[in-house]
Amino acid sequence: MTNPAALPADWRDILALTKPRVMSLVVFSGLCGMLAAPQLPPLVLGFTAILCIALGAGACGALNQWYEADIDAKMRRTAKRPLPDGRMDRQSALHFGVGLGGFSVLLMGLATNWFAATLLAISILFYVLVYTVWLKPRTPQNIVIGGAAGAFPPLIGWVAATGHFAFLPLLLFAIIFLWTPPHFWALSLFVRSDYAAAGIPMLPVVAGVQNTRRQIFLYSLPMAVAAVAPWPLGLTGAVYGVAASALSLAFVFLAAQVLVNDANEPAGMRPEKRLFGFSVLYLFVLFGVLVADRWLAW
Amino acid sequence: MKLEEEIVRRQRARARITAWLLGAFVVLLFFITIAKTGINW
Repeated sequence: MTNPAALPADWRDILALTKPRVMSLVVFSGLCGMLAAPQLPPLVLGFTAILCIALGAGACGALNQWYEADIDAKMRRTAKRPLPDGRMDRQSALHFGVGLGGFSVLLMGLATNWFAATLLAISILFYVLVYTVWLKPRTPQNIVIGGAAGAFPPLIGWVAATGHFAFLPLLLFAIIFLWTPPHFWALSLFVRSDYAAAGIPMLPVVAGVQNTRRQIFLYSLPMAVAAVAPWPLGLTGAVYGVAASALSLAFVFLAAQVLVNDANEPAGMRPEKRLFGFSVLYLFVLFGVLVADRWLAW
Repeated sequence: MKLEEEIVRRQRARARITAWLLGAFVVLLFFITIAKTGINW
């Protein structure tokens, strides 16, 4: 049953290549970027733009799994994915990823504008070539620079709606960019043995657990400033300002709890797990409130 | 389940999903064209 040469891949495995759970956050932030824009595209074009962002994210997931199949096989968290588990052959994953990525960019250009399509293409290429192929296996700063790829969706959503840049979507880009390191480093702390076994130089593996905790706290500070910034800059109202301040304070508080934790084994890393869980909620609520605030102002 | 049966089952499932997706894409293209050309119904 696991001979990829004899069996065509099951459709569920093809779907799993797109990392649907990661896609949900990407789609949500892209949608919020679009809904926060001063003008909205016709419904079908807006829907298509979000669909293209989702397909682009799916292409990134597929190409990431294609390239990292050998690494995934060495990590417990990823060993059951379709490629390392032998349920699918690598070439099919490559064709699927390239096809999906090309299709998403083309459809974005035809449905909205070519500026948004170019940004989508850059984000896919950045994630695959700069993050997955170049940075991830080479430097513990992989997630810092690579985080830019995940920060593109609100920018793409905004540009798909308006056709041009503005300061607010650039701030949204900055928020996700600065949020990514504490989010991923919190995870990498309690799965660091996996990364070490796979030979990936994540920060806890290379620089140690305490140094990573310090970096998490340090990154949470500019992230909090960027998250609150739209309010004093007059880009949002008080609803967003108060919510962003409260959420960011909670984030920094949880990061401080991580900073003072001295456990070295995953069993003692409750603050890290709490911060990781909260970081996902943080971004969802922050962006949701941003949209609500912009709509209340209209 | 025999290997041949499993192959046919998977091919059928994929063909069915591909057909639905293609159909949805055609409908989407139609509405994109309507929206881009600015036709109001």
